[in-house]
Amino acid sequence: MVLKAFFPTCCASADSGLLVGRWVPEQSSAVVLAVVHFPFIPIQVKELLAQVQQASRVGVAVLGTWCHRRQESEESLGHFLEGLSAIFSHEPWLQLCRERGSKFWSFKATHRQVPASPGAPGQDQVMLIFYDQRKVLLSQLHPPAALPDHQAGDATASAGGLAAVFDTVARSEVLFRSDQFDEGPVRLSHWQSEGVEASILVELAKQASGPICLLLACLLSLISAASTSRVFKLWPLSFIWSKLSTCEQLRHRLGQLTLIFSTQKAENPAQLMRKANMLVSVFLDVALGLALLSWLHGKDRIGQLADALVPVADHVAEELQHLLQWLMGAPAGLKMNRALDQVLGRFFLYHIHLWINIIALLTFHIYCFYVYGARLYCMKICGLSSLWRLFRGKKWNVLRQRVDSCSYDLDQLFIGTLLFTILVFLLPTTALYYLVFTLLRLLVVTVQGLIHLLVDLVNSLPLYSLGLRLCRPYRLAAGVKFRVLEHEAGRPLRLLMQINPLPYSRVVHTYRLPSCGCHPKHSWGSLCRKLFFGELIYPWRQRGDKQD
Amino acid sequence: MEVEQSFSDICGGRLALQRRYYSPSCREFCVSCPRLSLRSLTAVTCTVWLAAYGLFTLCENSMILSAAIFITLLGLLGYLHFVKIDQETLLIIDSLGIQMTSSYASGKESTTFIEMGKVKDLVINEAIYMSAKPRLDCLIEVYRSCQEILAHQKATSASP
Repeated sequence: MVLKAFFPTCCASADSGLLVGRWVPEQSSAVVLAVVHFPFIPIQVKELLAQVQQASRVGVAVLGTWCHRRQESEESLGHFLEGLSAIFSHEPWLQLCRERGSKFWSFKATHRQVPASPGAPGQDQVMLIFYDQRKVLLSQLHPPAALPDHQAGDATASAGGLAAVFDTVARSEVLFRSDQFDEGPVRLSHWQSEGVEASILVELAKQASGPICLLLACLLSLISAASTSRVFKLWPLSFIWSKLSTCEQLRHRLGQLTLIFSTQKAENPAQLMRKANMLVSVFLDVALGLALLSWLHGKDRIGQLADALVPVADHVAEELQHLLQWLMGAPAGLKMNRALDQVLGRFFLYHIHLWINIIALLTFHIYCFYVYGARLYCMKICGLSSLWRLFRGKKWNVLRQRVDSCSYDLDQLFIGTLLFTILVFLLPTTALYYLVFTLLRLLVVTVQGLIHLLVDLVNSLPLYSLGLRLCRPYRLAAGVKFRVLEHEAGRPLRLLMQINPLPYSRVVHTYRLPSCGCHPKHSWGSLCRKLFFGELIYPWRQRGDKQD
Repeated sequence: MEVEQSFSDICGGRLALQRRYYSPSCREFCVSCPRLSLRSLTAVTCTVWLAAYGLFTLCENSMILSAAIFITLLGLLGYLHFVKIDQETLLIIDSLGIQMTSSYASGKESTTFIEMGKVKDLVINEAIYMSAKPRLDCLIEVYRSCQEILAHQKATSASP
């Protein structure tokens, strides 16, 4: 297999020294983590590597030598470097060399066990892959490769070669903690050697978050204990509690806040992302709410809205009256049964007259009309179906839950047939009222549904992850991509490995928060069936309610 | 080492296939599509604007004209960014994997990298799914070269 060396771009301009990293035999690849500079004492280097290996459980070792020459005449350095292979034995021993100012590198890998045969594979069998150490350290691969247990000293890289590279760099953070200003015995070069990255604000926030989390967790547990007390379980309050969407939303947010401020640390990156997403979602919710409130309060907009609401309620009532007048006449040219028509029409008109002054029940009369129309229609359909069975000489067997034949008496048949014909001829009138009010009700339900969708969207959209993808795309990686750098015949192949960020659709799909769960429970087929038979539709049953 | 050959796609347009041979273990194949022709762009724009002007004479609402300009601009940007492929590249690296890049006319590049461990074999599937739509002779060239590399890789990985 081709021997691959993953070399950090930050070390490309470092001085000569030793290459330190991890060798992955299954992929035949060497992941270089840092360069140890002269002068050094071999014992101290070995001690440092043993410490790092113990702390991070990554098999860090000296892999070879790195030579950054100023001019051709530094042959002595070359001989000295070759002598080092006797002190730090590693199989295979890598020798990377670069002339200062030149773009082309030389790369040799010598195997001690295999003697160098005359037809030894030359530069074709090695490959140099550059990677940005900081980005690879901070990024997370999606889907996360399930690497085997960390108890094993050196986790096997059986899960995809590139996931092993990411994992090695991520776990070797211990190695990157010292920079060039530290007075340690060994001088290293890596991405943080110019100075360890840190921020005062982040450190302060970390120190303060402990006690703040504790305080808020206690407060939240008090609130949730109060809300689950016996008082709220009594009938009127529990009914209102479960019906109002505000209360549902509050409960949802309370649960989220409890999770965010719990004193347990997040176990894996996915949980951390979820906490961050919830926090941003809560902030956005509060910010939008405050913005809306301030907008409403300015220039007496609430008063204006309230003033506008009364004429709208009147307008709705007026339109309903017109509609009923139209139904009582000859709607769409249909001939209705006059008497029944008048009765139904007057009944509904009376209700409008009762409610015309109540602003808050803007659409409540539509709902009531729908219920009355539906119940009437349903009774009619039931009567019709059972009389139709009588017409054919059959009966519904409740015990066996099926239709059985039955022999009726003559007078039973006579009355049954009469009633059947009456109901059939009155059907168009009732059906028309039912149709009109069902359509109105469906319109109201659609508007309610859109509002629910909007709330759901605000609740479940992972804003923190989307923001991260926008501003720091290397943090969420779908994979890697390679670019072939300038190539000269006879020199090893050089590739640049960059991070391929996750597409936005996958970010939303992976990190979306669980929503309230109030989705319509019916399929289109069952909805049509219910509409036809006049059964009442309740599209948004909360979880845990009994079905009607 | 670069070799360029010219083929044609299923619609009859000209395609250029570039083969770059970096080393025995790394090859790149680049299929370039014909560019957006000025003629078709002018034709589409004129049609849309004539239709909008026709509607305007019917409705006397100047919003229609602004909307037509807006739609044309957005449509062109969307087409360049999401639909019009400039070139498609297949980079095959021995013992690392296979990388496919599509670069669009607006400069956007979308890359997929498949690790060698996950590649069992290379087959020619329907070219309808490939956005550049080359003909079979072009695909056969690419196929033959890729199989050479895969065979070479299997031989070297079998030996210790």
